[in-house]
Amino acid sequence: MKNNLILYIGILIFGIAAPFVFPAFKVQLSILCVLIVLATTWNIQGGEMGYNSFGNILFYGLGMYLCASVQVGMFFPLAEWTESGGEKTFVHTPAQFFQGMAVGLIVAAVVPTIVAGLIGYSILGLRGHYFAICTLGLGVAAGEISGGIEIIGAGQGFTTPPFPDVGSLDSRGEFFYFLSFFVLVLTFVTVRAIYTTRFKLILNAIRDNEDKAEAMGIETMKYKIIGWMISAFFCGLAGGIMGGLVGYIDSTDVAFDGREMGVFMVLMAILGGKGTLWGPIIGATVFHIFKEGFWTFFLGWQYVALGVLIVVIVIYFPEGIMGWLREKYPERFGEVVDEKDRKAQVELK
Amino acid sequence: MISVQACLDGILLGILFALIAYGMALQWGVMNIINIAQGDLVILGGYIAYFMYLYGIHPAWGVIVAPVIMYFVGIAIYKLVINKVVDRDLFISILATFGISILFMQLMNFAFGADVVLANSDYGTTMLFNNNVVLPNSKIFSAFISILFAICLVIYMKKSKLGRAIRATAQNARAAKILGVDTEKVYAATFGINAALCGVAGALISITFTIHPYMGLPYTIRSFMIVIVAGLGNLPGVAMSGMGLGVFEEFADYILGTEFRIGSVFLLLVLILIYRRFKLSRKREYLK
Repeated sequence: MKNNLILYIGILIFGIAAPFVFPAFKVQLSILCVLIVLATTWNIQGGEMGYNSFGNILFYGLGMYLCASVQVGMFFPLAEWTESGGEKTFVHTPAQFFQGMAVGLIVAAVVPTIVAGLIGYSILGLRGHYFAICTLGLGVAAGEISGGIEIIGAGQGFTTPPFPDVGSLDSRGEFFYFLSFFVLVLTFVTVRAIYTTRFKLILNAIRDNEDKAEAMGIETMKYKIIGWMISAFFCGLAGGIMGGLVGYIDSTDVAFDGREMGVFMVLMAILGGKGTLWGPIIGATVFHIFKEGFWTFFLGWQYVALGVLIVVIVIYFPEGIMGWLREKYPERFGEVVDEKDRKAQVELK
Repeated sequence: MISVQACLDGILLGILFALIAYGMALQWGVMNIINIAQGDLVILGGYIAYFMYLYGIHPAWGVIVAPVIMYFVGIAIYKLVINKVVDRDLFISILATFGISILFMQLMNFAFGADVVLANSDYGTTMLFNNNVVLPNSKIFSAFISILFAICLVIYMKKSKLGRAIRATAQNARAAKILGVDTEKVYAATFGINAALCGVAGALISITFTIHPYMGLPYTIRSFMIVIVAGLGNLPGVAMSGMGLGVFEEFADYILGTEFRIGSVFLLLVLILIYRRFKLSRKREYLK
């Protein structure tokens, strides 16, 4: 326990110092934070609850659009903003920008949570691959429909308010980095707290055998919906930040990007190890480093590489990094191992 | 008259959907795998016909060439990926085929470019009801060919030795294995036949409509939807719900506008699944 505390403080210090140590990578670090948030929250249903969703991208995209629309709509007419297509006819003062961002982020977190609660009752009743395909359909439908709505930019996209001029040039990167790092810490603390309660055990019971859990008197539907709402809350926040960070929202390429972000969050969680606290974090970090490192080599071929990567990870590495570590060093995970038994198993292999 | 036009268009389109859905039902029933790459196989079949058209061969011959090529593509996919996920967790197979789908999408994008293309068949049009309803002959041709292929396949499944082996494996893979059916071979053949059906459908789509590397996923979703509405192994149901979907789409296109067409398809899927969930929950069952 003592070691853990030192570890957390170390990570916190590293997180705060990171933008000053690596000033060139501020945007990348912010994206990494967002990715970790997405992977960790996906893991709540995908890993702990056994409901493999492709649809968390819905909340992410929703948060992105809501945050930007609120930020603009609070001070200027939204329709005229999107019509001008990013030309600076309206300029936010710094106070307006931060005020709008704060309100926008709150809306971006709360509304997806409510949406998750509303659709949760109907959708979480589906099981297995029906749930997976249904959420996949939901994500794509949201992308297609939002691409047809005039007021949020339709096909031509939506430019989020540019960062106001507040002194130094670095402030934009630092602002978004600390914002996303704060959300990351918030997510981690929440998820860690959840994982020590009975709630996590209920989620695991749902994953292992939902009918039995129900027979034991657990109101599975209630807990499933709560689990999904927690995910939606943080996905919405992450989306809101990402919208400001990218500076441009497009319905199918940025917001409801099922082909990229929607798969990434699943892939990161699986790569790190489903159903563990640290798995998605490790997975997201490894994935992001790999992606940024190799994307430049595969220029133009990155999606081909992504397709191959998905197939390879899924087929040969379904347990993920944490699962592999667990098999290799079970003592570290607090499992009592009988040496004799282990040797016998190794010999059997 | 617009509604008659939309109905006829929808029915002709729906027959094509039903052909793709039949392939999906086949592999779903036999291997218990949902192939997200289904739509991309369709588009690949379409590009085969398109290339024949580019080299001066009439694209209708693609209906014969595409399934032959696609059969081997299907076998290759099976040998490389699918046979490793066949008896694993369902989500693994969904994710693996999703990866294949992204791979195919991108490879087609590189190989054939990101333009919307169609293979022009020069079949002309048929006018009905005092020239108020216009039906391209290519649509009628494609519906006719789809029905032909479907009938051939049904007869093949009923009569031939492989067809019987496939049906036996679908009923009980373990029992079939005990009775001497090489299930591995059956799986490969099923996937190959499915890919060949996709090839036929793709060739017909490239003649009738347009193809584009990124258009695969809607076809997957459509066929998934048709199969869950009709149920596995219910062939008349597949045909009927395919036509129903076609008509729905034409009306959605006409009423809501073309930009919401794909969106409405995906939304319909969600609504159908939710409806099924409430219908079943009354009897305390669930979709499985």
